[in-house]
Amino acid sequence: MPSNFQLRVNGEEHTVTVDPETPLLFVLNDELGLCGPKFGCGMAQCGCCTVIMHGQVVRSCVMPVSAVGAREITTLEGIGTPEHPHPLQQAFIEEGAAQCGYCLSGVILTAKAVLDANPHASEQEMRDALGGVMCRCFTHLRMMRAIRKYAEEKKA
Amino acid sequence: MQTRRDFLKSAGVLVVSFSATAMTPEWLSAQGPFATHPSHIDPNQLDNWLAVGADGSITANTGKCDFGQGMLTAQTQLVAEELCVPLSRVKLIQCDTDRTPDQGTTSGSQSTPTNFNDEGLALAAATAREALVAMAAVNLGEQAGQLTADDGVITGRSGRRVRYEELVSNGHFRIPLNPNAKRKAVSQWTVLGKPVPSLDRTALMTGRFEFVQSVRLPGMLHGRVVRPPGMGATLAGVDESSAGGIPGLVKVVVRRNFVGVVAETQQQAIAAARQLRVQWNPGPELPAQSSFFEYLQKQPSHDVLSVDSGDVEAKLGASKAVLRARYTYPYQMHGSVGASCAIADVKPDHATIWCSTQSVYPTRSVLSKILGLPLDNVRVTFVRGSGCYGLNGADAASFDAAVLSQQVGRPVRLQFSREDEMKWENLGAACVVEHTAALSLDGTIAAWRRENWMASLGNRPGYNRPGNIISGALLGYEAEPFNRQQASAPKGKLRNNSNAVPPYFAGCIDGKCQGEGTIRSERALTHTVPSPFFTGPLRSPSRIQNTFANECFMDELCAEARDDPLAFRLKHLQDARLIAVLKAAAQAANWPTRPLQRAPGARSGIATGAGIACVNYEGGNGYAALVAELSVDLATGVVRPTRFVVAVDCGPVSNPDGLRNQIEGGILQGTSRALLEEVTWDKTCITSVDWVSYKTFYLDYEMPSVETVIVNSQSGPALGAGELSITVTPAAIGNAIFDATAARLRAVPFTPERVMAALNPAQDSR
Repeated sequence: MPSNFQLRVNGEEHTVTVDPETPLLFVLNDELGLCGPKFGCGMAQCGCCTVIMHGQVVRSCVMPVSAVGAREITTLEGIGTPEHPHPLQQAFIEEGAAQCGYCLSGVILTAKAVLDANPHASEQEMRDALGGVMCRCFTHLRMMRAIRKYAEEKKA
Repeated sequence: MQTRRDFLKSAGVLVVSFSATAMTPEWLSAQGPFATHPSHIDPNQLDNWLAVGADGSITANTGKCDFGQGMLTAQTQLVAEELCVPLSRVKLIQCDTDRTPDQGTTSGSQSTPTNFNDEGLALAAATAREALVAMAAVNLGEQAGQLTADDGVITGRSGRRVRYEELVSNGHFRIPLNPNAKRKAVSQWTVLGKPVPSLDRTALMTGRFEFVQSVRLPGMLHGRVVRPPGMGATLAGVDESSAGGIPGLVKVVVRRNFVGVVAETQQQAIAAARQLRVQWNPGPELPAQSSFFEYLQKQPSHDVLSVDSGDVEAKLGASKAVLRARYTYPYQMHGSVGASCAIADVKPDHATIWCSTQSVYPTRSVLSKILGLPLDNVRVTFVRGSGCYGLNGADAASFDAAVLSQQVGRPVRLQFSREDEMKWENLGAACVVEHTAALSLDGTIAAWRRENWMASLGNRPGYNRPGNIISGALLGYEAEPFNRQQASAPKGKLRNNSNAVPPYFAGCIDGKCQGEGTIRSERALTHTVPSPFFTGPLRSPSRIQNTFANECFMDELCAEARDDPLAFRLKHLQDARLIAVLKAAAQAANWPTRPLQRAPGARSGIATGAGIACVNYEGGNGYAALVAELSVDLATGVVRPTRFVVAVDCGPVSNPDGLRNQIEGGILQGTSRALLEEVTWDKTCITSVDWVSYKTFYLDYEMPSVETVIVNSQSGPALGAGELSITVTPAAIGNAIFDATAARLRAVPFTPERVMAALNPAQDSR
């Protein structure tokens, strides 16, 4: 049965009326009209649907909306705007670190969460965190360059 | 329709207004009547390509769209360059059957050859510039040759100026494309040829870019499909009541063997598709994967002889140094990271479909057939999906969405599941190649015979074959029938589109040698054989399979001759551009010249090696040479590429940054395909249906370095580049593994198990 859920997404409060089992991804896409998180596999295998929930990256395609509670959700569009991109987004822009760009929520938000938690994360720690994130255009080199650039800036 | 997307707003079209008083360029009167075209948008009319807005902006229509390879940016640069305006003033409309000319399919590394030379969009832009200058000459009363165009303003010697939009008020260009219109010389380029940052990147990085998956229409419903259990299964019955309890379910749609559900929300559609009880009659048992390549070689075949000097058998028979080898390449997937999606709004008398097809016009034609609507009443609009690398599930999703929407009379968004995408896509073809060659006493190749078997079923639907992909087949349409054919003697032009002919062949037909090489005793025969699975173009289709086999066997011959792989290749080549990229890659890589030997390598520890491979893509659509350096863990068989150095020559480069992005991505995608990717199946169906069962690498992969050398020829036509580097990657890796370990890998992917088996052949045979 549909129920009401209060969600805090990108700093705004929303009330949605959906089935409690509905994946958070569908709520973000279909109810709130956000296009940052994307449907890739529906099985938490690729990372396209990644959002940050209270500092942690989660796969919104397998997270029922009823499990979110009061925790703040941040999507790729929530960390920066075209006029004022987040410094990590800016590093991706400068490095041209995309081809089709479908996977970017996974890549950018995962890297951001790791570096927010530990600005001194090692290369190995960063790679470990990105172990479940894929880019089928294989823009890996530019993406890792952009992440390293941002990490250096953050440290400095 | 509710969309934030400018390019979906048909109301946004700014049609060119051109002054009725403008002079008619003199070449126009010589043009004569225009040939008719099946599309309602005549590609010979300039107005169908370009428009100058009242504000001086340029709107350009193109039939080649961007899937992430940078065609949005490069084509915008092209128009800006030819029309002498800043990039920001150009708006590019991509692939929409109501607006853009029919340019067929965006595929096969053909966008650059088609739109960046002397036809298509480039010709339209050059025609427009010349026409504007001619009109300005009349307006200003000066000679056309004395005018300069800059920033959308034409200035005469007298200093008098006129803006484009002043020349074209109140009317249309109403002129055809001028086949003699001159492009600006490469040396004059100020926008084209520069590493302009891709225009979509800020929207992409900040999550604002709207993919086809983001399109939403008012009153839109959500659809899912229910596919059969395996190839060839037919529908026995659907128990519609089984999904009756699902709230929001609008309809269970059945048409022939197609089954789908439509519901108010995505979640409800998924639940209904899961819960619906469907009975199927099983299809025929699939051939066993373990002996599949032997099976392929026994199938009836459609044969093409690309080249045959007629003396190969005699030369091989007379030689004491004959080498034979058989190479296999598996089915691989496009495996788009986003499962395909399409949105259809089918009304009783017309339909609009938003999808990420590479072929808006062919898709329109096929959809008009499926929907039973007149061609002109169907509109197909491209909206980018995730990277496709060829014929992924995009076309299938567009068919399914249209069928569902027609049945419910409302707009339907159809989203494939991961399994829908991977179990039913048109796969990259499995292939077997057999080589036999003889060496002369001087260590050169005396004769070479090669033969390959390429699996094929379906392919692109084109303008009239919906059955070439799963969605059309389920609706009852037949795939392109398989025709047996015996090979006839090669005639006329050497056709090497599939790179079946190794570059070392002289390619002589009727005494005219058209290949890149020097081997005159040569024979190349291709068997196309029926495939149990749908196949279709996957980045470097047939070319990657053939080049893997050709370039690795070349290395085997080199090892037999105890020669250096670079020197041995150069000995057998005469094509200057291919030689140039080989030398450029070798020089940049500091290639370690040494005889390649088949000496047993070390037995433990880490072995390192370097390999080289090259290609003249499609026999004339770009040149690439790649040096791969890697290590092999002899205890585990794990191969780890450490460095790639690639040299490419694809003629004048539109955007060097975009080119490098394509080259780097191609090498890494090629690495994944060389080391990991392989479709698997059981007796009924494909079993590699997600990212656990179909292997590829993630962002945590230990990255090799990639260095790209652009051998930029300023002259000659602009060639394709998106498939260059991937084509040579499996071969270069295979050759480097041999260099490191003396083990020859003849089957892609080079999994640790296969590497261990090749390292210990005796153990393997026990």
